[in-house]
Amino acid sequence: MIKEYLTISDVAGPLIVVEKTIDVKYQELVEIELSSGEIRRGQVLEITEDKAVVQVFEGTTGIDVSNTKVRFLGKVIELPISLDILGRIFDGSGRPIDDGPQIIAEKKLDINGNPINPYARDYPNNFIQTGISSIDVLNTLVRGQKLPIFSGSGLPHAKLASQIARQAKVLGKEEKFAVVFAAMGITFEEANFFISDFRRTGAIEKSVMFVNLANNPAVERIITPRMALTCAEYLAFEKGMHVLVILTDMTNYCEALREVSAARKEVPGRRGYPGYLYTDLANLYERAGRIKGKKGSITLIPILTMPEDDKTHPIPDLTGYITEGQIILSRELHHKGIYPPINVLPSLSRLKDKGIGLNKTREDHANVMNQLFASYARGKEAKELAVILGEAALTEIDKKYVKLSDNFEEVFVKQGEDENRTIEESLNIGWKLLTIIPKEELKRIKDELIEKYLPTDITMEDKDINVVKG
Amino acid sequence: METAKIIKVAGPVVVAKGLKNAKMYDVVKVSSQKLIGEIIELNRDSATIQVYEETSGIGPGESVFSTDMPLSVELAPGLISSIYDGIQRPLDILKSTKGDFITRGAEAFAIDRKKKWDFEPISKKGDKVISGDIIGTVQESSIVKHKIMVPYGIQGEIKEIYKDKFTVTDTIALIKDREGSIHEIKMLQKWPVREPRPYKKKLPPLEPLITGQRTIDMFFPITKGGKACIPGPFGSGKTVVQHQISKWCNAEIILFIGCGERGNEMTDVLLEFPELIDPYSGKPLMERTILIANTSNMPVAAREASVYTGITIAEYYRDMGYNVALIADSTSRWAEAMREISGRLEEMPGEEGFPAYLGTRISSFYERSGRVRCHGSDDREGTLSIVGAVSPPGGDLSEPVTQNTLRTVQVFWSLQDKLAYKRHFPAIDWLTSYSLYLSGLTEYYNKKIGEEYMELRNKSLALLQEEAELEEIVRLVGVDALSTHEKLILETARSIREDFLLQDAFDITDSYSSTKKQFLILKLIMAFHENAEKVIENGVTIEKLNALPVKAKIIRAKYIEEKNLKAFSEIESEIISQVSSTTD
Repeated sequence: MIKEYLTISDVAGPLIVVEKTIDVKYQELVEIELSSGEIRRGQVLEITEDKAVVQVFEGTTGIDVSNTKVRFLGKVIELPISLDILGRIFDGSGRPIDDGPQIIAEKKLDINGNPINPYARDYPNNFIQTGISSIDVLNTLVRGQKLPIFSGSGLPHAKLASQIARQAKVLGKEEKFAVVFAAMGITFEEANFFISDFRRTGAIEKSVMFVNLANNPAVERIITPRMALTCAEYLAFEKGMHVLVILTDMTNYCEALREVSAARKEVPGRRGYPGYLYTDLANLYERAGRIKGKKGSITLIPILTMPEDDKTHPIPDLTGYITEGQIILSRELHHKGIYPPINVLPSLSRLKDKGIGLNKTREDHANVMNQLFASYARGKEAKELAVILGEAALTEIDKKYVKLSDNFEEVFVKQGEDENRTIEESLNIGWKLLTIIPKEELKRIKDELIEKYLPTDITMEDKDINVVKG
Repeated sequence: METAKIIKVAGPVVVAKGLKNAKMYDVVKVSSQKLIGEIIELNRDSATIQVYEETSGIGPGESVFSTDMPLSVELAPGLISSIYDGIQRPLDILKSTKGDFITRGAEAFAIDRKKKWDFEPISKKGDKVISGDIIGTVQESSIVKHKIMVPYGIQGEIKEIYKDKFTVTDTIALIKDREGSIHEIKMLQKWPVREPRPYKKKLPPLEPLITGQRTIDMFFPITKGGKACIPGPFGSGKTVVQHQISKWCNAEIILFIGCGERGNEMTDVLLEFPELIDPYSGKPLMERTILIANTSNMPVAAREASVYTGITIAEYYRDMGYNVALIADSTSRWAEAMREISGRLEEMPGEEGFPAYLGTRISSFYERSGRVRCHGSDDREGTLSIVGAVSPPGGDLSEPVTQNTLRTVQVFWSLQDKLAYKRHFPAIDWLTSYSLYLSGLTEYYNKKIGEEYMELRNKSLALLQEEAELEEIVRLVGVDALSTHEKLILETARSIREDFLLQDAFDITDSYSSTKKQFLILKLIMAFHENAEKVIENGVTIEKLNALPVKAKIIRAKYIEEKNLKAFSEIESEIISQVSSTTD
């Protein structure tokens, strides 16, 4: 029998304290009935002999200490799930908001999940072609990877994420594919962009969306990504689908976490975020991956806006330590009108080495990638020098590097929002760019590959590599 | 067995009332699900317990059972090639019994109880033995011979010793002590993880731990029994450096602790190590490796315990007289686990919320390394080297974990993300890194590698230092302001960086470089420099020197195979002839 308590003693921020509780469990799901009859949900955060601290997902506005009823439901938060979930849109705590019916559950899953046994994991090594050169060639995404996009406010991360969701495919074969999308505290416009973009391209049929908007309760954001990942785990490891999960915006999620932590008067870590932020984020991110003997996979792209574009802020910092690399967007490139404004130098995909090369992409991939990185970095460096000393101070060879790096941004990084380049196309553009510098400078490419792939018929007047006059 | 009642649950911390005889750090089982926990605070009859598993669904009123045992590891043949979680549960067994996800209350023996090992006695009936004496051996893997030692605290006369196939719990010998009581000796021993295993005497380190990584071996070496740390922001290649060390270093036993790191990285190790061949024995690397994997999403309390579990196993092999290398990735996650638990205990925090005892814990962990004379009458020596990664938030080295670590370690490999962006790997900064073992190792290097080793090293480091200063000038007034001699310094420094320090972990030949080859490459570069210095006095330009065909050979020198080291002397003579020809 479920007991009903009328013993709320404190209400503070998103938390309520219920007294005289009996037989309540840690992390138990709680139902709160306001005097108006409205039902809200919460979760037990701390429990002592006769007192329970409960976080209320929909906020504590309107809760009073005398008339509000609290019921402990004897279970943790669960997501009812079946294959019908595809194509549906839910709010941040899993209630349908697309006028469709409730999901008839095949099963109910604990949204906290369980950690994958590291021994059961399979190493991600299937190349995903996103059709975006700066990702495919330089920061290759593979199946089962978690690769965040570090963005800033005002940058086109939403466009980029939806382009990836639209174009991502594994070369060679058609397989069951799904997108799970979780929005935390984003604006109506941004959410609407995703929903209408998914509708426009028909991707909605293969998608599940969990949407918590900026004006929805903040604390609800703590469960939204867990709902999404539980759904992804079901689709991937029980139904054998390849699932791409997009979580946006993780910054809002972390702020919700901070809000709860502050209300509990916990000892704060850096910038007021709780000391367990790393563990908490890891519990989300590490749910991505592949499992030996299972067909499906979860590839995770969390998006976060870095406060003041600061990479050392705790959220991007801790994220970077957990995820397998990062794609960093640059405001400078965005201002130059380059889309996608991916700053390739600090971006990184840690898993690329196992996903590229002969039989996966092309034999010259690793060499071209290293050469482009090194050359672009050198060109950028020379350019900085030129700013101080004037262009005349550059050596002939440095001028060529500058030209290469300018063209690199204009031709290689820049591409259309619907432009879907194959990996061969991307690599060939890279080779074309490398003709700008003398052949002897290609120190990171094996001779036989230079022989085979370096175009010889390109003149300096070629318009493709002469967008920027050097 | 004592039982108590839970009165509070807050995350991984549980408080129980009614444990009168409990001792600090005793292991307890929580609730009917038998979750494993450890007592970390006592207050009258209530005990605060950190639970090594997820606590959701646990509530006040449920029972806690004491085991009267501190958290211990099992030590016996069967450790090698295993993969354990932070409290020594075998992950491969858990996968087969519990499935792909780690569920709660899973239990399994760390050491297989059924497997029989061929026990080969060394001692015989009537021998007088003391603690630590090796009474027999077991071939544990194709590389490792497991030595069965008389457990600590037992000495006397061997009454019986058997030669047969035994499981780890079978009696292999009987020892009668002075009081006349008989001890049954089994291969399986237990040792509490938080207590360092004893040794006779600590000795100063003597030999380098060769890692095959040029920056490390030539510039900033670590000794067998030494302690080093690698702090670096994310993306600076910390993990690759650690993997390279565990792959190629010349220790006989490797312990790799993945403490709060990525699951896929452990998978990488698991898939790769059985494939890779140990350059010293020719056998798969896994045959000398033990893995502890407590990834970031596994319970935080077990993460705190994982480094202790790892180092206790490492000490056990050290006591057999082996050279053991322990690699901990990352100690920051361990420190953060301490912080998290400390926060739940509502302790007064020190710097950045870390507990005040952070420094003590870190230094006592690193001090478990060293070259020691082991217990036992044969005076054998064993070494335990520790390489700890540190992940400073935002790459800021002034944070407490890095600072406390630097206070105890002797070697500092400073990783820089700006080097990583240029794809200079390993991204170990040559200007800020250091090794305090260098002076002790000079003799070894001079004798084993080459007379000029020290001189060569110091000269090339000095050039790199000069490069940094010259770059400042170039930044201000341009490269044309430099003299030819200064330009040569820049050129040679670039060559040292690109042709020597830069090492490709993913290239078959370049991944591992013997010390001989390391020395030869550096010698080539410096030979070019010295010869060039002579000719530029006669007005030869840098451009002319750079155009020499032998330059390309220096660039490719790192790809010369180990069996082909003769090639170096040819290149050297080409350098001499080509450089001198420029004056013609």
